[in-house]
Amino acid sequence: MSGSPLTGSLFALVAWLAIAALSLLPGRDAWFARRLAFPLGALTGLVLAAFGLQAAWAPVEQMTLPLGLPDLPFHLRLDGLAGFFLTLLGAVSAGVTLYANGYFRDETPNRLTLIALQYHIFLASMALVILADDAYLFMVAWETMALSSYFLVTTDHRLPAIRSAGFLYLLIAHLGAIAILLCFGVMHGGLGDYTFSALRAAELSPFWATAAFLLAFFGFGAKAGMIPLHAWLPEAHPAAPTPVSALMSGVMLKTAIYGMVRVIYDLIGGVRWEWGLLVLTVGAGTTLFGVLYALMQHDLKRLLAYHSVENIGIILLGLGMSMVFVGFGQTAAGALGLIAALYHTLNHAVFKALLFLGAGSILHLRGLRDLNDMGGLIRTMPNTAFYFLIGALAISALPPLNGFVSEWLTFQSALQAPLLEHGVVRSLLPLFAATLALAGALTAMCFVKVYGIAFLGQVRAPRRPAQVPAAGVGQDCGGAERIGMAWLAAGCFVLGLFPASFLLMLNRICVALLGRGLPEGALESSWLWLVPTSAAQASYSPVIFLAVIVAVTGLTFLLVRRFYHGRVRYAPPWDCGYPEQTARMQDTADAFGQPIRHVFGPLYLMKRHVPAPDDPAPRYSLKIEDRHWYLLYLPVARLAEYVSAKIGLLQRGRISIYLLYSFLTLIALLVFVR
Amino acid sequence: MATPFSSQLVNLLAAFLLLLAFAMLAQRRVLTLIKMFAWQGAALAASTLIVAYSTGQHHLYFSAALTLVLKVALIPWALHRLIDRLNVRWDVETLLNIPTTMLVGIGLAIFAFALATPIAQMAGTLTRSTLGIALASVLLAFLMMIVRRKAVPQVIGFLAMENGLFFAATSATYGMPLVVELGVALDVLVGTFIFGIFFFHIREQFDSLDIRHMEKLRED
Repeated sequence: MSGSPLTGSLFALVAWLAIAALSLLPGRDAWFARRLAFPLGALTGLVLAAFGLQAAWAPVEQMTLPLGLPDLPFHLRLDGLAGFFLTLLGAVSAGVTLYANGYFRDETPNRLTLIALQYHIFLASMALVILADDAYLFMVAWETMALSSYFLVTTDHRLPAIRSAGFLYLLIAHLGAIAILLCFGVMHGGLGDYTFSALRAAELSPFWATAAFLLAFFGFGAKAGMIPLHAWLPEAHPAAPTPVSALMSGVMLKTAIYGMVRVIYDLIGGVRWEWGLLVLTVGAGTTLFGVLYALMQHDLKRLLAYHSVENIGIILLGLGMSMVFVGFGQTAAGALGLIAALYHTLNHAVFKALLFLGAGSILHLRGLRDLNDMGGLIRTMPNTAFYFLIGALAISALPPLNGFVSEWLTFQSALQAPLLEHGVVRSLLPLFAATLALAGALTAMCFVKVYGIAFLGQVRAPRRPAQVPAAGVGQDCGGAERIGMAWLAAGCFVLGLFPASFLLMLNRICVALLGRGLPEGALESSWLWLVPTSAAQASYSPVIFLAVIVAVTGLTFLLVRRFYHGRVRYAPPWDCGYPEQTARMQDTADAFGQPIRHVFGPLYLMKRHVPAPDDPAPRYSLKIEDRHWYLLYLPVARLAEYVSAKIGLLQRGRISIYLLYSFLTLIALLVFVR
Repeated sequence: MATPFSSQLVNLLAAFLLLLAFAMLAQRRVLTLIKMFAWQGAALAASTLIVAYSTGQHHLYFSAALTLVLKVALIPWALHRLIDRLNVRWDVETLLNIPTTMLVGIGLAIFAFALATPIAQMAGTLTRSTLGIALASVLLAFLMMIVRRKAVPQVIGFLAMENGLFFAATSATYGMPLVVELGVALDVLVGTFIFGIFFFHIREQFDSLDIRHMEKLRED
């Protein structure tokens, strides 16, 4: 593969588009879409990842495409930041797309054709968002991304719940897009040139820079799912087919992070610490809220969606710390925060896609999405259980997997707080770090719950008859799915075990964005030791961690098997010594979250039905609702309805009145123009 | 080349145009309305011809010929056929009574003149003094559209508005480029035919051309 990274990435992008177009080929049983489209798409993803990786180390490249409107050609640019996100997109989508090949096997030809078309357009538009170098192309790609994912979310558009989920998604996506558009408008400062290099060069007064920052933060935040704009995530992710939710949660949310970094650091420039404080506050709220609501969910995909909200919060915490440090002139500490945020972006993409794929296998092969109906899946789906475990360990930030590294880096960034001169901010940073610690612990608890309830224990009888495809009963996931998940699981290990090389790559991006990177001490990081600031302060070696874990496990195993009694006893799990045990005696997902529900009670909107003692058929039911609906979304919706009803009064149905409106407008304009 | 005589002639025709606009506003009979519309077209063609002759702008000859063919012959003929076929020769009702309409119209004319004066002083053309008249006839035609209850007079009002616009273009800048004029002329012609087709459909739907019936189409 020769050629520059930019032409190579462009080639991959065009290849995705070509696959999308070829999927429409008529043919018996849509053979192209069924046999070739997804494997080729995955291969393209790998190629893109390779070029992205190359671009992260190569000099900046630019290109102008002779496309677009007259006098408004498309500009492309590939720098380290874009290369990093291309790697993320390519690598994660490779795994997910391979999985999708197996997942969509049972679709009817018509649906499969459309899914393959939209899926690959979705991928290509995300790559284009990252490559775009002018506001015009960026918005075109951004909207293509929103629309193609909307159609993917509403694949099962015959169900009203899915249609309304899709509508909510589209609505919030467009609110965000409007804010981004306005942000570009503010930044360009009346010169009429919308290339990013012009936006970069434009000098903004502090007021307008802050306005541009707020618009960008709102617009990209809506796509990323920060509170209070997160409402679409728990609706859209469960509605979409699983590979699509994996892509949306794993990659699409990250394009929003890309946009945020690109616009705030690169285009607006001159980061202020007040902005950072806002990002930190929102990030902390998002983190805590996401994990607390995730704990209360019993729909697995909804739970994962709330965890996406939480992880976006963690990324925002890293970004916010970075912005505070940069705003106070501590660029080296700022670089550490940015690296932590970017690294967590990559890590979350990998493990969240893996977790979604695992959830998808359960849904696809068992027809189960409610945790309270699952149980004992480890025995019938050992492969899925294995990969899901890796994902669960990674998201719970346990060493030596990847989630730990980035959260640790975020903590390291918070520990640089003594460098700040501003006393209040200095004392606030540890608070945010504490939030992160709390969220990490709660996440671990949540995944203990998920894994324990779904995979361990006894098989539960579903309360509703599940709709299972005939082939799926008692089966584990197939070959393509397994390779896809194995790829992502390997990613969790590689990113966790060898973070130093990624650290150096991200450091290069920071040098490009901030002017300087980590201090000298940090650059001594080798494959064995990760050093964020200096070896005297902190260092971490995942490989040694792994070695210790393996050694202790092996030793224990050996000791128990060889030198202790050595017997293996088979018994029903969790039976606590009771002779008779049914599946109904097991802990349920709702019950597991009860302590947290009790402690954080005021945050939830609970509707609980506790049966009376003399009820002959007792049934306990619990419904947790998001307070944001009642405090924010519904009032806004009511206001919109009220205003449109008032505006609707203009519509009288009489031509004379309509003519009178335009006549009066004309007269008013004429008077005004005088 | 500008002679006072041709200038006076254009002014006379302009006055005639404004008079016709007021007459149309006051007219209740559809047939007379069409006749007046044709006369307005004739006055327009004549004034364009005079401007073309006195300034030597050749493309204005084409405009004049186009106006003559289209607005004096073709469209009135089409409208005649239309009202024959639809059998709507009777008087038209107005929403506002005629004297009130006339008073509003006078107010509009004064407003138009007040508006045109500063612009006319900037323009250096022979016919600059007629800009106010052109603007007034546009507004009067618009007013006519508003106050008529039947569809056919509304269309005539629309066409008369286009006459006023055309006159404004000639008086302010010696006409638009020929291509634009051709395009506009074609649009007007096509528009007339489309309106004609719509009339049939409206009548089929509501058994009448009274646009009051269309209020039913409103969403509740």
